[in-house]
Amino acid sequence: MNDMRFMERAVDTDEIKFSARGVQVYYGDTHAIKDVDVDIQSKTVTAFIGPSGCGKSTFLRCLNRMNDTIDICRVEGDIRLDGEDIYNQKVDPVQLRAKVGMVFQKPNPFPKSIFDNIAYGPRIHGLAASKAELDDIVEKSLRRGAIWDEVKDRLQAPGTGLSGGQQQRLCIARAIATEPEVLLMDEPCSALDPIATAQVEELIDELRTQYSVVIVTHSMQQAARVSQKTAFFHLGNLVEFGETGHIFTNPVDHRTESYITGRIG
Amino acid sequence: MQDQHIASAFDRDLEAIQAMIMKMGGLVEVAIVDSAKALATRDLELAEDVRAKDKQIDLLEEKVNEEAARLIALRSPMGSDLRTVLSVMKISGNLERVGDYAKNLAKRTEVLVRIPAIEGASGAIKRMAREVELMLKDALDAYIQHDVDMAHDVRARDHDVDQMYNALFREFLTFMMEDPRNITACMHLHFIAKNIERMGDHITSVAEQVIYLVTGEMAEEARKKVSSVYIEPPVQGKE
Repeated sequence: MNDMRFMERAVDTDEIKFSARGVQVYYGDTHAIKDVDVDIQSKTVTAFIGPSGCGKSTFLRCLNRMNDTIDICRVEGDIRLDGEDIYNQKVDPVQLRAKVGMVFQKPNPFPKSIFDNIAYGPRIHGLAASKAELDDIVEKSLRRGAIWDEVKDRLQAPGTGLSGGQQQRLCIARAIATEPEVLLMDEPCSALDPIATAQVEELIDELRTQYSVVIVTHSMQQAARVSQKTAFFHLGNLVEFGETGHIFTNPVDHRTESYITGRIG
Repeated sequence: MQDQHIASAFDRDLEAIQAMIMKMGGLVEVAIVDSAKALATRDLELAEDVRAKDKQIDLLEEKVNEEAARLIALRSPMGSDLRTVLSVMKISGNLERVGDYAKNLAKRTEVLVRIPAIEGASGAIKRMAREVELMLKDALDAYIQHDVDMAHDVRARDHDVDQMYNALFREFLTFMMEDPRNITACMHLHFIAKNIERMGDHITSVAEQVIYLVTGEMAEEARKKVSSVYIEPPVQGKE
């Protein structure tokens, strides 16, 4: 039984989804990300860990050009999704974000019905040809978001009326409604109780069969539980990147060791 | 890793658990020396003392395991802390076994003092026990100092102990063939020698835990295993 579980957890692909080379990010004069090289595999959960201000969220936001919305932010270097430069002039950030979905720290459902929360993305991207098809997408997304059973009888109720954990799963369902290839999660569980956290983690594990998931988390336990690969950031540098089990039992860099063991480093 | 934890209670817990291991190690060292001495000097009182003190070792092992479980539950140790807790649990198990073997040696001593001594045997056993005790001392030093080289050295020395055992094995066989009245004593002495050889194996395992603790890697199986026990079967005796 355990063996099966270990096999399930192992990364079974070496297909690279995101490839970043020499990435630098500046906020005005502040050098926030320093020369980061990293490959993110498909069908893998990659966790970014590190102390506050280490640049992990900043780097995550580079992957779907969320930093474009910040005027003083400048991104340099090369980030490729399936070999295509996502910072190329010709790339439409909106299309990119449909492919690279994002879930935030605080659940932020639209002030609309549960149904419309999910249907919004597929509508604007024209993914559904008919009402029936849209219904299908909504149901499928809510099911995948592990929240269908809880909301199926009140799809017209406002999304904001759900509990925090339900709202977060709704947001995850919304993020996967546009069939993204990568899901970025910035502290998706920090506002949730342990039960809702466990549900979201279980969901992440399921999503991994189809998507590449990148999760930023302050909880090292969570990183250890859900990810196959872990990257440790410190002061804007990617200090160590490797197999999660290895990072948490025998990290190579002393800074990683100091961080994961809760020492001043 | 000399750096302190942000949570200083974590440091105290880890130090406390390692202090217990050192205390255990000290008691086990004494048990080895005393049990061998009791055998050599036919000192029944000392043998009884070794048997009585084994309880302390057993209690410490329990305590170490309890504390380790607590530490895992409360602190979720990672990296070198995790390896410390894992190694501590194994080492305490190894030490407890070594203590048991010393106790068994003391028990057999109580039988052996009632029958005639075998010439030279208790001296050889004392030397073997001395060697094992030194291995234990070095293994514990290696543990405290995180000294991988010393741990490798301890590992290598287990080979010497194995050879001492093999030599004794042959010797006892000869004694028994010479005179069947030696059989009772030699059987007990053989078990003692075998147990000391097993002590060496457990101490080797302690040394291997040191290597794991420091490097995060298991020591590779570089020690060559020679199946040295094989001996020409003695001429078949009468039924």
